[in-house]
Amino acid sequence: MRAVSTVSSGIACGLIGFLIGAGLTSLLRLAFGEDPWSKELNSTVGFVFGLIGWVMGVGLWSQWGREWFGWSVKPSNHEGWERYFTFNVDHKVIGIQYLVTFVIVFLLAGFAAMMIRAELMDNDARVFSNPTYNTVLGLHGIMMVAVAVAAVIGGLGNYAVPIMIGADDMAFPRLNALSYWLVPPVAFGLLATPFLGGIETGWTAYPPLSVLSDSAQTFWNLSIITFGLSSIFSGLNFVVTIIFLRAPGMTWSRLPVFVWAMFATAFLALMYTQGFATALLMVTLDRVAGTVFFDASRGGDPLLYQHVFWFYSHPAVYIMVVPGFGVALEVIGHFSRKPMFAYRYLVGGFLGIMGLSGIVWAHHMFTSGIPNYMHGPFLVMTEAISVPTGLIFLSALGTIWMGKLVLKTPMLFALAVIFNFANGGVTGIFLADVPTDIHLHDTYFVVAHFHYTIMGGEIFGLFAGIYYWFPKMTGRMYNEMLGKLHFWWMFIGFNVVFFTMHWPGIKGMNRRIPIYQDSLEPVNLFISISAFIFGASFLVFFYNMVYSWIWGPKAADNPWHARTLEWQTSSPPPLHNFPAPPRVTGHPYDYGLPTPAHAVIGVAASPAGGGGGGGGG
Amino acid sequence: MALAAHAQGAEHGSHGLDRLRVNRVGLWLFFFSESVIFGLLLSARFFLEGIEADHLDQLLGLGITVLLLASSITAFTAETAIARGNRSLCNWMLLATIVMGLLFAGGVAFEWSSAEFTKEEAFGTSFFVMTGLHATHVISGVAMLAMAWVMLLRGHFSPKSYWGIEGTVKYWHFVDVVWVFFYPALYLVQGVHS
Ligand SMILES: [Cu+2]
Repeated sequence: MRAVSTVSSGIACGLIGFLIGAGLTSLLRLAFGEDPWSKELNSTVGFVFGLIGWVMGVGLWSQWGREWFGWSVKPSNHEGWERYFTFNVDHKVIGIQYLVTFVIVFLLAGFAAMMIRAELMDNDARVFSNPTYNTVLGLHGIMMVAVAVAAVIGGLGNYAVPIMIGADDMAFPRLNALSYWLVPPVAFGLLATPFLGGIETGWTAYPPLSVLSDSAQTFWNLSIITFGLSSIFSGLNFVVTIIFLRAPGMTWSRLPVFVWAMFATAFLALMYTQGFATALLMVTLDRVAGTVFFDASRGGDPLLYQHVFWFYSHPAVYIMVVPGFGVALEVIGHFSRKPMFAYRYLVGGFLGIMGLSGIVWAHHMFTSGIPNYMHGPFLVMTEAISVPTGLIFLSALGTIWMGKLVLKTPMLFALAVIFNFANGGVTGIFLADVPTDIHLHDTYFVVAHFHYTIMGGEIFGLFAGIYYWFPKMTGRMYNEMLGKLHFWWMFIGFNVVFFTMHWPGIKGMNRRIPIYQDSLEPVNLFISISAFIFGASFLVFFYNMVYSWIWGPKAADNPWHARTLEWQTSSPPPLHNFPAPPRVTGHPYDYGLPTPAHAVIGVAASPAGGGGGGGGG
Repeated sequence: MALAAHAQGAEHGSHGLDRLRVNRVGLWLFFFSESVIFGLLLSARFFLEGIEADHLDQLLGLGITVLLLASSITAFTAETAIARGNRSLCNWMLLATIVMGLLFAGGVAFEWSSAEFTKEEAFGTSFFVMTGLHATHVISGVAMLAMAWVMLLRGHFSPKSYWGIEGTVKYWHFVDVVWVFFYPALYLVQGVHS
């Protein structure tokens, strides 16, 4: 049982690492004449050593580490379901590992949302104690952020991008596997926090509370820093892959839009994730090592945290939403059966968002006490982002216009992305404008806004992508009727819940406190009941996926009659994706035009081009 | 079989991929990514203000800075030596770099033990965290140089294949460049008042 031995050796080495780290700390503390056990310090050092132990034990050592010392490595080469539980370097395996992991995290975080709505049904906080409510709220937030950051990039991106550009794998396959295997400790760390004292700060972890609170904050910080590391590695991998591994003929202007979206996203992840990591590192140091970054009485400044944190966390919303746009535009491009409208402007939109997203962060701080002269510039820069976003909408609407729309489940979700994000974009204007933001800051209006953009924009895109690539990944077809049922149930439920939520927000209901004005009780009861109905829609999805993966009818290689490369190979593709090296000869979205095919596989193969990839298939 | 080719990073890809170029760009992107962390700490240092440069041992600071800059030269010489097949020069230059790196780390440690300020004030916080994170990179760089040195002694690397040395030396330059920004920000800037 290779799967069991991989995971158990990871756990064993992780435990040993933790004990070594915590033990060394105790010894050193003893040597310096201090109390040998300090909860914060010992668990921090233990976590770092435990993390190293886990990744080494799970396969990093046997498949990579040995090479650093000049020894031979033993690649893992398994077939069947067991490869999903090993340090496998195939991007298709890693993509499915990511996808399944984050769909489970998504369902857990969604369950936390149901708990929040249960508490908010009436105005007396009686379901949870206040610390428990804070923990549930914080966990819902951070787990959903993790899903939004990693599910599309790590899951769909890993699976689809190398095939779509005609490569046989990512540029750094082992780094890719490492990115994935850093995720289980993160999930474990986050899910352990309720048992270690909970967290009180929500996912944003603002000091001074995050420094002062006696909670599992340190453990939580370390988990998120680890997640940041994973995110940076995978961002780096995508950038290099898309630059260097494109098949012959795959010029930048022939790149499918999903790949362009992944490129912009990967750059954002590579450039900004350090902000979150650095901010949390500072909080950790303040808690563990006694530094004073955020202690105003000793010359520190809590505002510093907000600057560093939002320096990442604003671009992060584009790390979440640009992939969603990417999937939506990809699906719309194929399901409208006509050429992509304004392809170049669309790509410009992705790159424009990439450029602007780093200079707008202080719009989260209009009420935090930043100097007045910063209000104007950040207001204007924030609103300027609607220009590249508008280009994306222009392309989407132009492609739909007069198209022969094929309204299958992926297309329905893709169209919903456009609808929902338009709504979220409009409410964003009120939050970018300083006068209205001062009233709306930290209310349920903000909650409604970002659920419209992130859930309505990206998570709908995630589902579009899951349904779209499901036949390619599994070789089987999902049930179309259940897919459509899921869509309409989720789409209507989502809009009822979050459109209504603007109202208590405008009335001033605070987003973090379970107590509100009595007059808002009926509307909150309505939102909660709608949310439970909305939440139940995911059971349909879950059933459809599990059932179809095992018993679904066999899918054709190209069930959507799409032109891009991933549909020109078998379902699921062979180990190195193509039976012979592909050559790209045309644009991916030229439906209905007499232009050549997007790509040909194996015809007129380039001389001596075979090598490892072709022969291995 | 194809998978084994993957693992050794040798003949990856079916369309003549230049593995060395890919590795180089990957490494540069990693530096770019790391420089954001250092840049944020540098910004934090000025955001928090508070200046205590008078309390630092200027002579020691200048000394370790010169040492670190010089070690970049020896590291570079090691790389060019192996590229030209001169193993013994490469060997000695790697060793010199390792020794200078260790001396630098020792200098930082001495400064830490003799500093007249504590981490419980704004400048101390910046100073200890910035030098601490940088020293961590120096020590990991020394460890990587030592690994490269041991592999060289055991007969690895040739003028055709020396990515292990090249990558490590590039990392060492990067750590050096970070210090070029940190040193003036911590030791030389005067007259910032909170
Ligand atoms: Cu923002």
